Amino acid sequence: MPTKSKFELKLGAATREAFGRAVVELGRVNPNVVVCDADLSKSTMTSYFAKEFPDRFFECGIAEANMTAIGAGLAMAGKLPFVSSFSCFAMNKGFEQLRTTVAYPGVNVKVVGTHSGISIGEDGPSQMSIEDIGLACSLPGLTVVSPADEVAMKAIIHLSAGHPHPMFIRAGRIKAPVIYTQDQKFEIGKAIEVVPGSDVTVIAHGLLVAEAIRAQEALDAEGISVRVIDMHTIKPLDEAAIERAARETGAIVVAEEHLTETGLGVRVAQAAAKSRPVPMEFAGIDNTYAESGTPDELLDKYGLRATNITAAIRRVLARK
Amino acid sequence: MQKTSNPAELRAIAKQIRRHIIEMTGAAKSGHPGGSLSAVEILVTLYWDVLRHDPANPKWPDRDRFILSKGHAAPVLYAVMAECGYTPADQLNTLRRLGSIYQGHPDIRFIPSLEASTGSLGQGLSLALGMGLAAKLDGRDSRTYVMLGDGEIQEGQIWEAAMFGAYHKVDNVVAIVDYNKIQLDGFVKDIMDLEPLDEKWRSFGWHTLVIDGHDLAAIKGAFTAAAATKGKPTVLIANTVKGKGVSFMENNPKYHGVAPTPDEVQVALKELL
Repeated sequence: MPTKSKFELKLGAATREAFGRAVVELGRVNPNVVVCDADLSKSTMTSYFAKEFPDRFFECGIAEANMTAIGAGLAMAGKLPFVSSFSCFAMNKGFEQLRTTVAYPGVNVKVVGTHSGISIGEDGPSQMSIEDIGLACSLPGLTVVSPADEVAMKAIIHLSAGHPHPMFIRAGRIKAPVIYTQDQKFEIGKAIEVVPGSDVTVIAHGLLVAEAIRAQEALDAEGISVRVIDMHTIKPLDEAAIERAARETGAIVVAEEHLTETGLGVRVAQAAAKSRPVPMEFAGIDNTYAESGTPDELLDKYGLRATNITAAIRRVLARK
Repeated sequence: MQKTSNPAELRAIAKQIRRHIIEMTGAAKSGHPGGSLSAVEILVTLYWDVLRHDPANPKWPDRDRFILSKGHAAPVLYAVMAECGYTPADQLNTLRRLGSIYQGHPDIRFIPSLEASTGSLGQGLSLALGMGLAAKLDGRDSRTYVMLGDGEIQEGQIWEAAMFGAYHKVDNVVAIVDYNKIQLDGFVKDIMDLEPLDEKWRSFGWHTLVIDGHDLAAIKGAFTAAAATKGKPTVLIANTVKGKGVSFMENNPKYHGVAPTPDEVQVALKELL
């Protein structure tokens, strides 16, 4: 029985914008919150924090390796640092510091990578971050979160202050469709079943959650019941939600704006392999670097749309 | 521990630290004795005379902090911390063994009273500057000291941090370069020359002092001058001798990363009576 969608999916703020606003709110209630940025504050939106709390904002210049370890030093002396840059630079240029000064000693630094995925658009592949989830998840002790919309990002930033572990939080450049109402409850490490369903499950994070909902709506009209799960926390993974999805729907599609070979998909597959193996398909970036273009053109060309998810669903259902 | 400014007492402590370094690395059959021995007078001056610290209260918020950024010199730090009472001296010879708190490089998970886990070169200066900024934000007058290896400052991150420290006027941080002129593959001048080293630091905006890193009075004087310097961080370029105090190790690149044999341990300990 087709049901009417409860989602309008109107464009809201970009998740980087939501981060910039939320970290200011957090700074007002928590005097230990400090922010570091590497000459991108007008893009990462930490400029809001810099304006309101100039003494607690540290411009690091274009030196991400140093910035990450400065954040570690601040945290080791009692501060709650949010270290921000484009995801591409925070992760790739700060990776060794993230490993050795943050993850390995378990230092409570929050790294916020903005402009993730390929939807940064015209700037092209040197600025795109399609490896960040894989790199972040390779580090023991690091919590990895990819919020889907402004509501989720705001909630995650507020929750992060009480989460006593280092985190990588992934944000996007472009306006993101609003999925959640303000009263939605979030918990780090707990997936959200956005739409119930019984024939197949789509597990997504970030911008692709909205695309998964659109795919669900399209197939609902055909009588295919699609469960949509927002796996906002990619590490630690909500393995119970995956086991349940595998058991109850018997097929899984993972959709993400990331390389399919190292993203959420491989982690979901590993979890399902351990609990209840089922046919799986993957919608994401397939072992390639993208190019310049508008975000919409790139999401179309590189297969990150609802149509790509519905195609993956049909493939997986054929194998069920 | 009893703090002291008495040179004879500090020299006696330094000798005991050197004996520990020889015994530890000899027992471990691996490790880095040369760059541990070169740093002894500086660490002894810090821990017994300069640092505000309390081994009975290692997380005292107002303490001064020390980071051994050249983490491979862990034996000197372990010997000093054990002699201060932070860690058990009778376990020093478990260095590098499975289950030992004395890991190959300093690891805060095994010794919580350490200020940082180090070993991947180039990172300690950034950590120290972050700690210095936090102290300023909190209005604490605690100071952070960080020892860098000479080879270590070939890492680019050091110079990112050097720019940062001067720009943000982190004057409660003191960096010490243990300039023993030798790195793993040979003499620093033959691997990647650092000269003119003092001019490099001055041009990066640091209060730069060049001292004899084995002269207790010079070391103490430099730390006093650093504490009086406002508006910029201080770096001490400490000219030292790799392997200092053991004749066959002095200025010998072999002992950067090779432990003394049992026979060599006996010879070295006789020299350190």
